[in-house]
Amino acid sequence: MTRRRPRGFSTVPGWVWIPAALGALVVVLPVLGMLARVDRDGFLGLITSESSRTALWLSLRTATVSTALCVLLGTPMALVLARARLPGARLLRSLALLPLVLPPVVGGIALLHTFGRYGLVGRYLELAGISIAFTTVAVVLAQTFVALPFLVVSLEGALRSAAAGYEEVAATLGARPTTVLRRVTLPLVLPGLASGAVLSFARCLGEFGATLTFAGSLQGTTRTLPLEIYLLRETDPDAAVALSLVLVVVAVLVVGLSAPVRRTVGRR
Amino acid sequence: MHARASVLAVLLTCLGLGVTGCGSGSPPATVLDVHAAASLTDTFTELAEQFEAQHPGVEVSLNFAGSSALVQQLSAGAPADVLATADERSMAGAVDAGLVDGEPEVFATNVLTVVVPADNPAGVGSLRDLADPGVQVVVCAPQVPCGAAAERVEETSGVRLSPVSEEGSVTGVLGKVVSGQADAGLVYVTDARSAGDAVEVVEVPRASRAVNRLSVAALADSDATEPARQFLELVAGEPGREVLAGAGFGAP
Repeated sequence: MTRRRPRGFSTVPGWVWIPAALGALVVVLPVLGMLARVDRDGFLGLITSESSRTALWLSLRTATVSTALCVLLGTPMALVLARARLPGARLLRSLALLPLVLPPVVGGIALLHTFGRYGLVGRYLELAGISIAFTTVAVVLAQTFVALPFLVVSLEGALRSAAAGYEEVAATLGARPTTVLRRVTLPLVLPGLASGAVLSFARCLGEFGATLTFAGSLQGTTRTLPLEIYLLRETDPDAAVALSLVLVVVAVLVVGLSAPVRRTVGRR
Repeated sequence: MHARASVLAVLLTCLGLGVTGCGSGSPPATVLDVHAAASLTDTFTELAEQFEAQHPGVEVSLNFAGSSALVQQLSAGAPADVLATADERSMAGAVDAGLVDGEPEVFATNVLTVVVPADNPAGVGSLRDLADPGVQVVVCAPQVPCGAAAERVEETSGVRLSPVSEEGSVTGVLGKVVSGQADAGLVYVTDARSAGDAVEVVEVPRASRAVNRLSVAALADSDATEPARQFLELVAGEPGREVLAGAGFGAP
């Protein structure tokens, strides 16, 4: 039992490979199935049509704005959940993570009855001359709603695993809370923040249900790439498959490109 | 460990027996797979019940979706015996794909109408009012049958719409009007009727009416050709007319 193996030492039992491979298959196989259906000759034409480009551009723009909002709002949320000692923290956390477990359509209905014309908040906005429904703002709102928990979860995890010792030392040396946050805490959890932001961006990019329910579907205004794919599926399945592949590639690029960034950030 | 395994074995055996026991009571039923346009949900559900009452041993399995989506599912190999679409264009797609056995039959018609929320916040009184830039109009996307009909309404009436949203299905349009998000929407008269008091109907001038002709056909891949034929008879015959007319569909 005390025998040591410097190389090839593994804590993973051999049989684990079988369910692990099956799991990987569940994820990879459908993507391969879609790849097999891609119309190679017409691919470029299909993905560069005006409506496709408009939808992709709208998706990238809205997902960027929504991710920024997630960082701005989610970072303080994670800080409060991870560091502040407040009663009912557990309940607060469950509430903050609600969009994670809600079907997006339900999120859309909730947004509708809050920010829609006759919604809780929307009716007053309407009186002030602000209408959110059917605008790009509605898309951003829907994306932020569904993606926010991703940032909060990642960052809260990072905050919890980062030792609070450095912060305490900084504080005892006379640093104000804001200085501690800026100079110690945030640099410490930057990798967690980065991966949270990447996850949020990917989630924003894929948002469909809440957008369709709350924002509607109009080219250039609210019809993001997933909505365009859903509509194309009706008439032009080839184009729908081609655009789906574009979305897969963008998602893989986002997640893949961010990995080295996160590592370098982490090393600092 | 051993005891636990045997308990599990007993449980599994019981479960297996339970499942087989369940099926052994009645003779094996023929399943008739009917794929129908979403606008036919209520009427076809009623007709399927009638059919099952008249044909013991046949079980009708209904699948409702947008017509183009149905055709696509069938092209991808979904098993089915009967297809009913919301317009002839979708049915032509199925014929072109070699899915249909024999000639499709037009069994009903449907027209578009303007619906507004119950309190009519924008004061819409005619089709013409929809061109007003202050009125938020929702229609179906041109890719789906109700959207193609909406385009024809625009063409024949000369009323140019600038919708705030083009939905993928007529239920999407209706939902946005019922919830009051939109001031007006173009939906089928049958949808307007099923929405009841939640919406107010503004008639489209007869001359501008775009008629969608609903088609039904037996499918080439069917393994229940006889029940399929009988179901088509029911739909296109007197009982079908009655149920469809009750929901607001026009005669072919």
